[in-house]
Amino acid sequence: MENLDLSSIDKDFIEAVKNESGQDISHCYQCGNCTARCPLSFAFDIPVHKIMRLIQMGQKDTVLRSHAIWLCATCETCTTRCPCEVDVARVMDILRIMARKEDTVSEERIRRFYDAFLESVKQHGRLFEVGLLLRYNLRTGRPFADVELGPKLMGKGKLHFFPRNIEGVDAVKEIFKRFAKKRGS
Amino acid sequence: MKNESYAYFPGCTQKGTATEYEMSSRTVSQALGIELVDIEDWSCCGSTPAHTVDHLLYGALAARNLALAEKLKLHTVVTPCPSCLVAFKNALALTQNDKMLKELNELIDIPFTGEIQAKSLLQIIFEEIGVDTLKEKIKKPLTGIKLAPYYGCILTRPPQRAQFDDPENPISMDRILEAIGSEVPEFPFKTECCGAAFGLPKRDLVLNLSAKIIDMAQDIGVDAIVVACPLCHQNLDLRQGQINALRGNPVELPILYFTQVIGLAIGFSPKEMGLNKHSVRVDRLLKKWEENLKE
Repeated sequence: MENLDLSSIDKDFIEAVKNESGQDISHCYQCGNCTARCPLSFAFDIPVHKIMRLIQMGQKDTVLRSHAIWLCATCETCTTRCPCEVDVARVMDILRIMARKEDTVSEERIRRFYDAFLESVKQHGRLFEVGLLLRYNLRTGRPFADVELGPKLMGKGKLHFFPRNIEGVDAVKEIFKRFAKKRGS
Repeated sequence: MKNESYAYFPGCTQKGTATEYEMSSRTVSQALGIELVDIEDWSCCGSTPAHTVDHLLYGALAARNLALAEKLKLHTVVTPCPSCLVAFKNALALTQNDKMLKELNELIDIPFTGEIQAKSLLQIIFEEIGVDTLKEKIKKPLTGIKLAPYYGCILTRPPQRAQFDDPENPISMDRILEAIGSEVPEFPFKTECCGAAFGLPKRDLVLNLSAKIIDMAQDIGVDAIVVACPLCHQNLDLRQGQINALRGNPVELPILYFTQVIGLAIGFSPKEMGLNKHSVRVDRLLKKWEENLKE
């Protein structure tokens, strides 16, 4: 069992998670239901019930640097099974948002994938799938990843090599712009 | 019976890798008397990436589309894609808070009230059309074809948000597949996770999780897995070659959209249902079906 230095309890973090997620994590009594059925648990560095415990203990750095919060696929099993009615998946989502702000993202590829996706949406109004693949692969230095899937999609009307912007593309750009302004970035 | 009209949101993949889901959704809806009214100039719902950035941005990207749908004066927006559905349901939940509704409206240019509701095409077919009406339309039942209903994660979870079917043991697709004449075994992995959006950044996770679903389906001896999600289809069908290379099993298993099998049973051709657009070939299944129909 690990010892916890009481001075390491970040009360502001506990409060921030509660406020941002709207969830009272103090209700969690560590039954482990969430971890028991989490399909990604095998890949997590910290199991999800322990993430909840670490939040209760105000261990901001450990939580926000964990890989687990990024490997969560938001499948909602934990939320569905929690006997204390904590929306665990929502808490995990809030932790990802916090890790972005604190610049403590441990899974760079996942973050880059999400960012490349949103850039595509901002640019065209909709997701341009081929563009996303190229952009993501180039940025992560793996230009030929998944290239073997190409022939499976060819000639079936599934691959579009040129993006087609929607008419309201500027309205979508404006959403991103106003959002950035509102958040002061 | 008068056709019911719905605002229709296909979602981005329907215009690309899930083109056969789009074709079959539209054709089958029309045949069942579901009138889909296109939302003009719709944009991306925000999907998984947006909710890892900020819930206001996520809500606004969805809200633009809901606002466009509200302009059509229809009561419900319907989408075949579970991820789009979740984005809409989340945005609608935000509107319960007046401050959030105001903030959403500040980000988009079209007035948004949040008075519309969002449902999946699966829910519309199951609840509004119903299996009895569906049965009356069947001309070529899928007799002797064994299908595994696979719902994935978020169509029915969490129940408070989904407001549809059962979160632990959903049965809507089971009943639909029975109604079209196919054999529907208990599929223990019907709500397991396929690995979702991790195909590009964490391919190994997707292959691992999707392999388990295909393994289970093959263990219970089905002819195909039936899905209701473009991302599930991508992981199970498009990546099945990668999955099989990893697990050393060369036996392929077709992955079909529920709309495609309904369409076949109603009498549309495999081509009309886009069955030639999959990565895993469906020839053997179609041959078996045709032979069964002759008997």
